Amino acid sequence: MADKIATREAYGKALAEFGAEYENLVVLDADLAAATKTGVFKKAFPERFFDCGIAENNMIGVAVGLSLTGKIPFASSFAMFAAGRSFEQVRNSIGYPHCNVKIGATHAGVTVGEDGATHQCCEDIALMRTIPGMVILNPADAVEARLAVKAAIEYNGPVYLRFGRMAVPVIYGDDYKFEIGRGVKLAEGTDVSLVATGIEVEQALLARELLAAEGISASVVNIHTIKPLDEELIISEANTCGAIVTCEEHTVIGGLGSAVAECLSEKRPTPVLKVGVNDVFGRSGPAKELVSYFGLDAAAIAAKAKAAIALK
Amino acid sequence: MDTKRISELQEIARQIRVGIIDAVYSAASGHPGGSLSIADLLAYLYFEKLNVDPADPCKADRDRLVLSKGHCAPGLYAALALRGFFPVEDLKTLRKTTSYLQGHPDMKHTPGVDMSSGSLGQGTSVSVGMALSAKLDGKTNKVYAILGDGETEEGQVWEAAMSAAHFGLSNLTWIVDLNGLQIDGKIADVMNPMPHGEKFAAFGWNVVEADAHDFASLEAAFNAADACTDRPTVIINHSVKGKGVSFMENNVAWHGAAPNAEQYEIAMKDLGER
Repeated sequence: MADKIATREAYGKALAEFGAEYENLVVLDADLAAATKTGVFKKAFPERFFDCGIAENNMIGVAVGLSLTGKIPFASSFAMFAAGRSFEQVRNSIGYPHCNVKIGATHAGVTVGEDGATHQCCEDIALMRTIPGMVILNPADAVEARLAVKAAIEYNGPVYLRFGRMAVPVIYGDDYKFEIGRGVKLAEGTDVSLVATGIEVEQALLARELLAAEGISASVVNIHTIKPLDEELIISEANTCGAIVTCEEHTVIGGLGSAVAECLSEKRPTPVLKVGVNDVFGRSGPAKELVSYFGLDAAAIAAKAKAAIALK
Repeated sequence: MDTKRISELQEIARQIRVGIIDAVYSAASGHPGGSLSIADLLAYLYFEKLNVDPADPCKADRDRLVLSKGHCAPGLYAALALRGFFPVEDLKTLRKTTSYLQGHPDMKHTPGVDMSSGSLGQGTSVSVGMALSAKLDGKTNKVYAILGDGETEEGQVWEAAMSAAHFGLSNLTWIVDLNGLQIDGKIADVMNPMPHGEKFAAFGWNVVEADAHDFASLEAAFNAADACTDRPTVIINHSVKGKGVSFMENNVAWHGAAPNAEQYEIAMKDLGER
């Protein structure tokens, strides 16, 4: 875990990289190209970049029109606006006709930092999960973010990609293979399984070390694809460990924790405790501090893990 | 356009109106008023203007039409059926559970429908994307969207209007069906979106006025759109809601209601079917 890079940085670079190979790749933004990093693509392929101004709902529709005429559009904004403000456009114009539009949503979760609650979207996964046929990708590091962009390009249908603002360690090596819908086992363990997504994968790996110091064996799984969920892997973790802690930088309502609990309550009843934002709005502060403030850090995960084991 | 062609289009528009009433009567629900007000427009577009092919509904270089006021699906379906995209008798399956003719247009299951629509305002942005794509690729096909006048109360319409002018989309034409009525009453009373012409002009559009029930006027308006090469064009189409059915004309009650058996007979008589 040497270099730190935000997944939004990897997103912008990946668009520019794959823009050369995929001539029908087009990118749209809503006056946030410098922040979402689509500006990197804009610089490389200015004729295939469209700034729609501060009008996200229109941007979503324009992306749909482009997709219906053979383009592969990535429409970018902050998660708050892409999934929140434009929910109904995404639902009716992208989801219902199952259009080949990719939503590149950056600045997800509380690690937006100092801008505070109005811009810290902790509801996007819940919103996107309710749309039939929507694929949701939430990469953990720069390597995974790049591969998620590639997979989204090659997948025919709507994809919601969730990226963060805060720089996070690189977990994966160059040989990492990414497959939509296939979770990744990062560490073996038998007492409890830490099922994490996005930036919480790093915290789960740190929590595993804290737990090991106390003689507790924790498995760590990265669920980069929240929909469709890798149910086979989740059930296997339940069978092996008998207790699950889900870890996400998102409200505990409707996100990864809910998806895992829904799966296990029907297929393999198992205690599931959720680490996430506990039904509150965010607040201003340095991103790293907020991870602890909202109970998303390794210590919080370790405490939940022990509580989950006690429920077995 | 000569008088013979005009009378042919009038006959097609009459058949579209019959299809609308048949469909809505069979469904016992639906939106006849705003469908009837665009019947002549649909006849002109599908039988005179659009480059479309019922034998190849998805051909790449076709003109595109987004019915942004998607609740007027009965009108679109009747025009598509008469043009040969699917059997006219299927119009009577409108809104039935197993029918492909949904209450609002569904592009995945209905041949000839270029975009699923019905949530007002959204089709406008999609038409911008289609036109932008054609411009990017140097294609010569045209993109059209039909908007309700009440629909222009949606903010997204003006976001889309701003972007179409900004991108210089001269291959895009919108038609605003100005029938003056929306569900809750007169548009002037509910939330006045007028004057449309001045608003679109201020947004950088080429503005053309037309009589929605006069084919020579429609032809002149679309010719003016074709002649404009630096901006998108909006046709403010002055229409009568419920046009052609005596008791539905200018009556807001027929925005979203189906006739009963007795009313159906009167409508068919009005439309020359009895």
